[in-house]
Amino acid sequence: MKDENDKVFKALADSSRRLLLDRLYAGNGQTLTELCEDLDMTRQAVSQHLEVLEAANLITTVWRGREKFHYLNPVPLQEIYERWIKKFERPRLSALHKLKKRLEGDDDE
Amino acid sequence: MMMNKSEFVYAIYIRTTPEQLWSALTSTDFMKQYWFGMHFQTDWKTGSSWRLVFADGRIADTGEIVEVDPPRRLVLKWRNDFRPELKSEGYARCTIDLEPMAGAVKLTITHVMDCAESKFIAAVANGWPRILSNLKSLLETGEILLKMPEAVG
Repeated sequence: MKDENDKVFKALADSSRRLLLDRLYAGNGQTLTELCEDLDMTRQAVSQHLEVLEAANLITTVWRGREKFHYLNPVPLQEIYERWIKKFERPRLSALHKLKKRLEGDDDE
Repeated sequence: MMMNKSEFVYAIYIRTTPEQLWSALTSTDFMKQYWFGMHFQTDWKTGSSWRLVFADGRIADTGEIVEVDPPRRLVLKWRNDFRPELKSEGYARCTIDLEPMAGAVKLTITHVMDCAESKFIAAVANGWPRILSNLKSLLETGEILLKMPEAVG
């Protein structure tokens, strides 16, 4: 578990890799050639970044014939969200909820 | 990029066996624990129909079992039943693959709809990560991290 999260954080700690995730978010299921379009990176660099992302399970790949398609996999991010973010959000959501009730004139808070 | 279809491919590694994972995916009582109270109603036989039912008995989704190969592969035709704008898109195909790895199982969910910008795919793409994360947590620790979706305001 610890190991898996380390891989995710390390994979995300690089702007080129975050850019590749953004590009997959904009268009899911792309080949290496498609992902390289309009990028200031060599094909080899993109390929290596994709390997790191795949090892962290942030992307999944599917072979169709001789072409490999890359898909964004948000599942590890969900696990990090639940572990690291959601618990800090609860008090804020609760505060917003109270504010809304007060502003809308609901007196039972 | 495939513009004439909408799809996603999600994967998660769970420290369990393919048999246990298969049972977690197909048993009603277990499913209710990680699928926000919802569960499948079906006999899990090829060609059979299935329904995904909310805790209060309303039907969420329906479909047909296309392929069953325990504990490796499950293929479902899948259609939303309670949101007209999603239901009108027709059937999507959901493929669930289980691959044993060292000490774990790789669970891959592929959901495909034959139309661009599918609203149904966008909706399920949002739901699956929470379900998978719950399932992993339940199988590995016996507890879930996330209860029902929290209503705010």
